[in-house]
Amino acid sequence: MSLYYVQKLLYNLNRDTAVQSLFRTDIDALLGQYKLTDDEKSWLKNGDVGELYIHGVNGQILMHYAAFIGHEWDEYIQAMKDGLEKHGQVRDGIYRAVDGGAGGAV
Amino acid sequence: MALVFAGICSHAPGITGRAERAEPTIRDAFYAELDRMRRAIEDSGAEALVVVAAEHFANFFMNNMPAYAMGMGEDYEGPIEDPDWLGIPRTTIPGNPDLSKRIITEVMQSVDVAYAQEWKMDHGIMVPLHFLTPKYDLDIIPVNINCQGPPLTPLSRVWEFGRALRRACDAVPEKIAVVGTGGISHWPATPNSGKIVEDWDRDYLDAWVANDKDRLLAYSDEDTLKDAGQGGFEIRTLTAISGLCEGARGDLWFYAPIPIFSVGCTVASMDIIPHVNDMAAE
Repeated sequence: MSLYYVQKLLYNLNRDTAVQSLFRTDIDALLGQYKLTDDEKSWLKNGDVGELYIHGVNGQILMHYAAFIGHEWDEYIQAMKDGLEKHGQVRDGIYRAVDGGAGGAV
Repeated sequence: MALVFAGICSHAPGITGRAERAEPTIRDAFYAELDRMRRAIEDSGAEALVVVAAEHFANFFMNNMPAYAMGMGEDYEGPIEDPDWLGIPRTTIPGNPDLSKRIITEVMQSVDVAYAQEWKMDHGIMVPLHFLTPKYDLDIIPVNINCQGPPLTPLSRVWEFGRALRRACDAVPEKIAVVGTGGISHWPATPNSGKIVEDWDRDYLDAWVANDKDRLLAYSDEDTLKDAGQGGFEIRTLTAISGLCEGARGDLWFYAPIPIFSVGCTVASMDIIPHVNDMAAE
């Protein structure tokens, strides 16, 4: 997992309309600009918020990516809960779930 | 004495973005106290507002992360988020590069800070401004304390940053208001979003109101992460105001957990008295 570069891509996506445009028109070209594994490219292309979350993407970056690909707030929260249930606890970063991911305001 | 107002408030994006999902009575009571703060800033005659915030990867990333950064732009843009998602229209926020430069120069006499002539404001500043300067007609000086990408600046340095900012505010002829904005306990943007530990929050706010330096600096990041979540790291923005107003007491105007806003919503002010640095010199 090249967490740094996944987050770097999402950081740029969240703040740069040119990157957003490239994401929509030629996502492979965009992904090719970063040192990403095939799995990471797949998660980003397929909008797999659960995988990205449990591999450590900071929620403050991830929630805007989720909104960008069309997730409503509750869908975003549920995607992370599903990721936890399927894959287990967050592997990296500081945005680990507590209480098994239970609770919250959904 | 150029510092004319100091306070703290919450900034969670749900405050505006998920407003309709909160219980109306408690939400509107919170909004009313934010509007009270708007009036207090206006009544203070403030000519600029310094917002001490904790941004969320809008401008700064782990390729070059400053512990402290201050804005020195002609103007700023925000919100960086989708305006519909945040519930705040995109706009231009006025800056004051000359005033920024003088304040930054003075802060640098004791604390190293980065400066930025470009700044995209995220919800961490836009939500407070939406309530405190809704016409965007007051010069803003944004400040960021890194609360997202560890290693983070120690609380003892946060205190010194607040003291340095106070010295800088008191050194300029303009009237300056300062607002710190961050969460207390919360697990934002995680599956636990909405979890709030009210006892932890109230213990912190008791220390903040008393401006008890020993208690405020005793929080360790390890315990804060365990007991108050990653969002608890943002107490840095609140403790900076304590250093800014060292020797003064606070007044808690509002506190209530609002889970759909993901945070214990807070509005508070600090008394403005001569800083302990000035009193020692007299």
